[in-house]
Amino acid sequence: MEHTETAEPTRRDFLYIATGAVGAVGAGALAWPFIHQMNPDASALALASIEVDVSAVEVGQSITVTWRGKPVFIRQRTEQEIAEAAAVPLSDLPDQFARNSNLEDGADASDANRAADGKEAWLVMVGVCTHLGCVPLGQKNGDNKGEFGGWFCPCHGSHYDTAGRIRKGPAPENMLVPPYKFTTDDTVVIG
Amino acid sequence: MKNLMFKSARALAVVAGLVVAGPALAAGDAPHVEKQPWSFAGPFGQFDKAQLQRGFQVYQEVCSSCHGLSLVAFRNLAEEGGPGFSVDEVKALAAEYSIVDGPDDEGEMFEREGKPFDKFPSPFPNEQAARASNNGAYPPDLSLMAKARAVTRGFPWFVLDIATQYQENGPDYLYGLLTGYHEAPEGVEVPEGQYYNTGFIAGKTLAMAPPLSDELVEYSDGSPMTTDQYARDVSAFLMWAAEPHLEARKRIGFGVMAFLILFASLLYFTKRKIWSNVDH
Amino acid sequence: MAGHSTYEPQNAGAKWLERRLPVLSLVHGSFVAFPTPKNLNYWWTFGGIAFFMLVVQLITGIVLVMHYTPHETLAFLSVEHIMRDVNYGWLIRYLHMNGASMFFIAVYIHIFRGLYYGSYKEPREIAWILGVLLFLLMMATAFMGYVLPWGQMSLWGATVITNLFSAIPIVGDSITTWLWGGFSVGNPTLNRFFSLHYLLPFVIVGIVILHIWAFHVAGNNNPVGVDPKSEKDTIPFHPYYTMKDLFAIVVFMIFFSWFAFYLPNYMGHPDNYIEANPMVTPAHIVPEWYFLPFYAILRAITFDIGPIPSKLGGVIAMFGAIAVLFVLPWLDTSKVRSARFRPVYKFFFWLFGFTCVMLGWLGAMPAEQPYVALAQVFTALYFAHFLIVLPVLGLIETPRKVPDSINDAVLGKTGEAA
Repeated sequence: MEHTETAEPTRRDFLYIATGAVGAVGAGALAWPFIHQMNPDASALALASIEVDVSAVEVGQSITVTWRGKPVFIRQRTEQEIAEAAAVPLSDLPDQFARNSNLEDGADASDANRAADGKEAWLVMVGVCTHLGCVPLGQKNGDNKGEFGGWFCPCHGSHYDTAGRIRKGPAPENMLVPPYKFTTDDTVVIG
Repeated sequence: MKNLMFKSARALAVVAGLVVAGPALAAGDAPHVEKQPWSFAGPFGQFDKAQLQRGFQVYQEVCSSCHGLSLVAFRNLAEEGGPGFSVDEVKALAAEYSIVDGPDDEGEMFEREGKPFDKFPSPFPNEQAARASNNGAYPPDLSLMAKARAVTRGFPWFVLDIATQYQENGPDYLYGLLTGYHEAPEGVEVPEGQYYNTGFIAGKTLAMAPPLSDELVEYSDGSPMTTDQYARDVSAFLMWAAEPHLEARKRIGFGVMAFLILFASLLYFTKRKIWSNVDH
Repeated sequence: MAGHSTYEPQNAGAKWLERRLPVLSLVHGSFVAFPTPKNLNYWWTFGGIAFFMLVVQLITGIVLVMHYTPHETLAFLSVEHIMRDVNYGWLIRYLHMNGASMFFIAVYIHIFRGLYYGSYKEPREIAWILGVLLFLLMMATAFMGYVLPWGQMSLWGATVITNLFSAIPIVGDSITTWLWGGFSVGNPTLNRFFSLHYLLPFVIVGIVILHIWAFHVAGNNNPVGVDPKSEKDTIPFHPYYTMKDLFAIVVFMIFFSWFAFYLPNYMGHPDNYIEANPMVTPAHIVPEWYFLPFYAILRAITFDIGPIPSKLGGVIAMFGAIAVLFVLPWLDTSKVRSARFRPVYKFFFWLFGFTCVMLGWLGAMPAEQPYVALAQVFTALYFAHFLIVLPVLGLIETPRKVPDSINDAVLGKTGEAA
């Protein structure tokens, strides 16, 4: 079948382009529900914040709670641990930033910026190694706490200090401090 | 003659097609259900937020002592397309409920205040407990009730329902049931513990005592405090509970329809243009 | 599928691929240059529409599986989780649920188009037989899919249909137990149905390819029923039929959307919003509308036939109603394909359509008089159409004059309108 040119090529072209464009818009709009369905659903988002009672956590003890399916380490540090962490010059740290969701992005990795606001004994952080997502050891008294007395990730040998900062090994960043707040002396709301 | 035969056969086939196209069910002794006006009916239907709030009040003060709402979470009450409570109202409401959680560090289950993400706790721990407290009858969960009950629409209604988009069989039935308690007529035996109801789908009597009466629930917005109004409000609330995304569905549906009609028109002209040089 | 390609690869990449795997020329020969009769009417678009619905069901189904849990205690809840919490879950589930009905609507129209225009006749018997096989697979897939939400109709529909196999003499009960993986429909049944419901659609895709291949060997049938004789009778598939099919698909989507967005539960049954309960049977067990005619045939056999008990007889009749379609190409003795030129057949075609519709209606009625007697009459008519009318009609009917070619029919189209 031969194609014969019609008299009004521009009008015809416009029709074809308009049809194609509308079709493309429709296909794009249709794709969205099928992509968005894989995002966290309404019930998962509703669980985004938890309340933790820390009244039973003594000095030098840690607890692990679950937040968004991940372990969160909550530790009341000893005087010695705080002093050790505070004494480290910032220049010795592989990661210069606090990685604290409650502070500005550029905040430095000083011990005060890592610990709870106004409660320097308390450390709250997501217990996930920033290398490839394993859970570091160090929550239990008998655990290997690594060369800096904090936490040690057995997967690939990352050492964290008593402020949860990376000191040695492949992990690129300090452990993340999640958004949280002490609503009373004994209650932490995470998320 | 042949032509007439053929035409009448075709007409028959078409008519019969209309008769059966759809879930044609036996009418049996099903109750007659009156169509009610609902704000959420039709292509642009939306829930009346005040009505949903009143309906929730009726559920909470009356129905919830026997019937669960186990698929609905407190947070749903504050979500778009619902009764429109504020997040703080929902937090306060949830805190009034006690939720069994656990086990705690000692391995015990414990009770705590409800949180927005919790679902409505059911009044009975299981079906057996529910039956034991209700003379053997089981008060069903109401989460899906507005979609789980529908009285058959005979011909030709169920065909016309396609054109009119009638989908409110559920709330119509619930309203009919809640307002269907009457004195049993002469000669109708009402067994002990049963109540005569002209709106019930499976017989003439049921085990639920008339739950509503005038002035039973104190409305604060000045709506009439009558059985009729309570029945309407709680039926609307249950429709929302069963189909919380109804508003989004109809809104998106309108956009989809408008788009498809535009796209189909463009395609029609494109197709005609392409075919214009072919005899066919 | 190939054999019509004039395809010349244009760029280096296409040339490289073409020398190693000539898939581009295969597609070009089958869906671009393929010579297609130029007189196909809109009834022919339903094959493309059915294929489109198959794709819709595959995509929405794969997405639903990402959120569904096939376990007797969780299946119902996971479907409600999809409806309430998953982003756009309600939309995807309603599309899948109504998409099944839309798929059957398209396929039923496609089948009746084949019956009207004699598309099953020589040399397209294999395409027809593959089509009947597709229909059977669709029914199996739809049936198992309906079980997955684990509502009351899911459980009891599964119970009734699997119990059909218990009608088989001697081994029937063993087969039923084997199908269930237990002594009633339960968790093992749900899990195997889930597995097969996911598998069968891909089998369907494979057979659809064979189905297309088979009718591409002889070329499409057409409303006149005369095969193309010259180039004047055909046009390339693209852009003519691609655009026509696309237009028809979008119009069909409007119809689909009407149900999916505004009447999403119209085709369903309210009892399926009640979680499955093996202790309580719903008052009326009604299959999905697309099974109703066969369900009516099943229930019409209420009497023993010689040594065959009525239960077995019903099952045989129901499967026979589909089996007879497999041999249809040899039951119809007429050499003329299109009903346009067969006035008497045309009458019986519409009578058969009426029969199917009435059987559908009777399938939804309770098993009591007068419905049972009516179902028996229409079951007899159903089988008579294939076993008596079609063989005899070809011998005694005088067809009208058939045009010499498609082009003649198109140019002279004044009298007959389909």
